Amino acid sequence: MVTPEQQAVAAAAEAAAGDLPRPDADAIWRVLATVPDPEVPVVSVVELGMIRAIGWEGDEPATLVVRVTPTYSGCPATEAIAEDIRAALGRLGVARVRVDIVLAPAWTTDWIGEAAREKLRAFGIAPPAAARIDVSGISPLRRPADAVACPRCGSTSTVRVSQFGSTACKAQYRCQGCREPFDYFKPH
Amino acid sequence: MTVERELFDYLLRLADSPLILAQRLGEWVGKAPAIEEDVALTNVGLDLLGQARLWFGHAGDVERRAGGPGRDEDQLAFLRDTREFRNLLLVEQPNGNFADTLARQFLFDRWHFLVLRALTASRDARIGEIAAKAVKEVAYHRQRSADWVIRLGDGTELSHTRMQAAIDRLWTFTGEMFAVDAVELALIDAGIAADVRALEAPWRDEVATVLGEATLAVPASTHMQGRGGRGGKQGHHGEAFGHLLAEMQFLQRAYPGARW
Repeated sequence: MVTPEQQAVAAAAEAAAGDLPRPDADAIWRVLATVPDPEVPVVSVVELGMIRAIGWEGDEPATLVVRVTPTYSGCPATEAIAEDIRAALGRLGVARVRVDIVLAPAWTTDWIGEAAREKLRAFGIAPPAAARIDVSGISPLRRPADAVACPRCGSTSTVRVSQFGSTACKAQYRCQGCREPFDYFKPH
Repeated sequence: MTVERELFDYLLRLADSPLILAQRLGEWVGKAPAIEEDVALTNVGLDLLGQARLWFGHAGDVERRAGGPGRDEDQLAFLRDTREFRNLLLVEQPNGNFADTLARQFLFDRWHFLVLRALTASRDARIGEIAAKAVKEVAYHRQRSADWVIRLGDGTELSHTRMQAAIDRLWTFTGEMFAVDAVELALIDAGIAADVRALEAPWRDEVATVLGEATLAVPASTHMQGRGGRGGKQGHHGEAFGHLLAEMQFLQRAYPGARW
């Protein structure tokens, strides 16, 4: 079986064998799209919106600069992701890579596209049900939990068990329909 | 006017409070009343630790820019002694029972959120970036701690009594959150620091609203620790703080330069 990563590497090798001195941006994005989030491996760091930009810097041999934004300040996966990005680009033949961590604009779940949301659901994680969290005013008291559909049976009769879950980005929910617990990707 | 010295001190204030509170929350690992709470307490701690690291990174850059050693996050966290720490007295208070921990978190979260939101408009661009990221995380912290204050306050007789006692006991440490000294005044003038004097009224409103919903009383005491320029922000800490540092710093003190 040919993995997407192998396909991307082959495409880039083809491009590199032609007139292009370095892999083109499409090839680089395709390889980056094979780097999974270490804690939610069903989606890539590109799908999560963590890769903000790529660009070449300096004279030949130039350095490829990848601008990455962390999801949460304390997310322990950030360092692993930088390593995985270097490794993936290394397999593409890009030896000089610098990963810059950028904070602004702050990461938001609004950047997770529809296809990635479906992948999360299929994996058993309910995707964010609302837009980014509002930080403009005081939060209402006894705030009802977001109406989240169970990723397994689709029931909207679900309850929040805890606002904090197995990773910084997830809350714990339980479905009243199929009685199963599930993770909910919090709007951020 | 150059404010590098004040800026470095201020960044330590921003970094040390989340660092020390993260350390306290970490003490709950494996001991919380329920697995979900174990996970939640440490998730909040992890967010705070991540924020502290970002502030330390900026502090080190500022220190270097000012001709100083430009210490890294590990040196700043593990190799400073008690008097060099700039955290609020509130966050170093021992965990106590679950109500004590959540009352401390609630009083801090409400302040932390207002400060971070104000700092998103800081004239120091890096401060603004870090604050804009952190405020979203703290929005979840403040929701959870208020939920627990209400649940325990408006709960059983025992949980109500314990939550009221916790709020009463910790109240004396909230005054310094809104006190400014020469360091903060210089940075407020420069448009860099949050003017905490302006945040006291909204903080009191929010706290009173939540306590009211929780059927708890707002403490009447006006005796405040560390308000006269001799509190945690100036490096004056309580007895429990030395013990916290002893545990947090042991490894780097015993094995200098040790890395994972």
